[in-house]
Amino acid sequence: MKKLMLGNEAFARGLYEAGCRIASSYPGTPSTEITEEVAKYDEVYAEWAPNEKVAMEVALGASIAGARSFCAMKHVGLNVAADPLYTAGYTGVTGGMVIAVADDPGMHSSQNEQDSRHHAIASKVMMVEPSDSAECKEFAKAAFDLSERFDTPVIVRMSTRVAHSQSAVELCDREEHELIPYKKNIQKFVMMPGNAIRRHPEVEQRLVDIREYAETSPLNRVEYNDTKIGVIAAGISYQYAKDALGAKASYLKLGIVNPLPVEIIKDFCDKCETVYVIEQLDDVIETHCKKHGLNVHGKDTFSLLGEISQAIVREKILGETAEFNEFPENVPVRPPVMCAGCPHRGLFYCLSKLGVMVSGDIGCYTLGATAPLQAMDSTICMGASISGLHGFNKARGAESEKKSVAVIGDSTFMHSGMTGLVNIAYNATNSTVIILDNSITGMTGHQQNPTTGKNLKGDPAAAVNLVDLCHAIGIKSVRVVDPYHMAETEAVIKEELEKDEPSVIISRRPCALLKYVKHNPPLHCDQDKCVGCKQCLKIGCPAISVHNKKMTIDHTQCVGCGICTEMCKLGAIVK
Amino acid sequence: METKSIMIVGVGGQGSLLASRIIGNVLLSQGFEVKVSEVHGMSQRGGSVVTYVKYGDEVNSPVIVKGEADIIISFEQLEAARWLPYLKKGGHLVTSTQQIDPMPVINGAAVYPDDIIEKIKAQGADVIAVDALTLAEQAGTAKASNVVLMGVVSTKMPFDESVWQAALEQCVPAKFLELNKKAFALGRAAQ
Repeated sequence: MKKLMLGNEAFARGLYEAGCRIASSYPGTPSTEITEEVAKYDEVYAEWAPNEKVAMEVALGASIAGARSFCAMKHVGLNVAADPLYTAGYTGVTGGMVIAVADDPGMHSSQNEQDSRHHAIASKVMMVEPSDSAECKEFAKAAFDLSERFDTPVIVRMSTRVAHSQSAVELCDREEHELIPYKKNIQKFVMMPGNAIRRHPEVEQRLVDIREYAETSPLNRVEYNDTKIGVIAAGISYQYAKDALGAKASYLKLGIVNPLPVEIIKDFCDKCETVYVIEQLDDVIETHCKKHGLNVHGKDTFSLLGEISQAIVREKILGETAEFNEFPENVPVRPPVMCAGCPHRGLFYCLSKLGVMVSGDIGCYTLGATAPLQAMDSTICMGASISGLHGFNKARGAESEKKSVAVIGDSTFMHSGMTGLVNIAYNATNSTVIILDNSITGMTGHQQNPTTGKNLKGDPAAAVNLVDLCHAIGIKSVRVVDPYHMAETEAVIKEELEKDEPSVIISRRPCALLKYVKHNPPLHCDQDKCVGCKQCLKIGCPAISVHNKKMTIDHTQCVGCGICTEMCKLGAIVK
Repeated sequence: METKSIMIVGVGGQGSLLASRIIGNVLLSQGFEVKVSEVHGMSQRGGSVVTYVKYGDEVNSPVIVKGEADIIISFEQLEAARWLPYLKKGGHLVTSTQQIDPMPVINGAAVYPDDIIEKIKAQGADVIAVDALTLAEQAGTAKASNVVLMGVVSTKMPFDESVWQAALEQCVPAKFLELNKKAFALGRAAQ
């Protein structure tokens, strides 16, 4: 049976078919759906871990226990999990262990566009890269076999267009893999210096062995057409090249991107007149070719930035451009915004009004940086809001402590924010941290987390009590506010900023998009009372706009949160 | 057969994922190779969103580039203007007449262009403009504008209506099926 599947969904199917037993991940666009989908198979235990490091250690633990195991993360998540990865490279596995890492060229939903192939090279771990949904399934299955054959974790590199494109996939049955009997093996799994020293040569030998395998592996393949142009590509770049050049070029499609083969590349370069390496982001394959003395084009032709497309390949290699119509006027941009009814809006309005320095974090609330609120000064990575605020306040002193806050979501706080809070309590700054508790992991599309009281399958689970946790860390002043009540929220922020002790404010209100959240009827603007003062526009609600110099509220978007009524001194916004 | 390209554009939250799923299923049922490419995450939060559908004997790239789309389905007028360069010369543009102001317009930093549909027609594009929001509300909910537009676009593609009905049944939960079938019929009868 053939089915149209997202790359991520097909990947999950591959995990199921390969007999995977344990999956532990942290959500991150564009990797999230792999774990959501694999959780639908009863044969696979799947969970959301608090962060990627935990997830990878769970997967490695399950592998040591003899199970085929899996973890998924986005590219920046692999930085968090780099610590276990680099040493898992030394220990190797018992049951096969597969790691999905999803890169985001073009930064559709990310804070950088790092190329995760560097992690595979640096950790000396095998990496494969599929180019469509059918390959996502096949490569996931192959990755387990290769993991067990070469005694290594195997990384499957995804990218946005592969993860989030649907194409046809042939479904097969699950192959059961019983638990491999557990045998204590101190030399292999206890990585103290004396043992690690003996593992390192095995790691190097393994790379040699995998490289030799890559020379003849069916995951790498050659397609000869016209040999005037030769293209070396992996993943989605292969699809772009094929689309643009068709039979006008020959292709070496690499499925194994670490370690790269040598002989088949040399042979391909010998047979083709001009060879282009087409790869998104960094010049990994190109550098490998040049190291082996091969004359190829790469980043002299294609950019290090963003995504490639068939149009770019056509233009750069064939010099062809398409004809198209252009709208004759400037088209205003439409950046993402906080949704109508978003609980973060009231809080950010207060912060904007107070003019404090806001140390931001990763999540929907990063949109607090956009106009008109612009209530954010920095956003770096998961958890950096809190630790960054501590550093900011240590540098700028007591005055700064009264004029600065950190904002962080509930899930991000559990991920890596709480260690920063421990630092604030332990190393003493009178910092004010605001936890935006919307009872869900929002940006990635509503995943449960350790504070929500539910697990990945939606079943009841232990819930971290944020107030108790903050107290236990050593923060005495912990307040809870409802950000739909802006006056009260503002008053509490002011009080906590004034205090000569560290404090936490929990701004608590569930995400307006959650299915269980009941909405009020939409509000409307009384056109007789409205004088067009535009005060209500200052909260940046997408449901409110100006028509004929007066405000109107879009009834299809408004959820009746009522924040705008606090803005209107004339009482023109009514039920 | 040469690869054909359909783009679905709109504002995050307007239901483009369901629309692409319906079209994807129609095409798969006709034996084509199909690729549907979506955008998730940050850009869905009220931003400009685009979904690509490609089909034919062989489909490689899942994305559509400028001058390549045979059909553009737009849920909102300004988005029709934004993505116009992606329409192939001689392609069809099906758009809802709905207007949603983007934040720069709400803030007064930019102006929403007037007479968008007339200006697009003046570029020589074949435009079908439909008040999908009103038709969806007639069917029972504003949320069904996406399916109204599927009804409109079904008249521009060479497949029997029963094929579309079957795809609706596959993609829409049973309790919303009747409502969506009504929305589809209203779209099909529109223009």
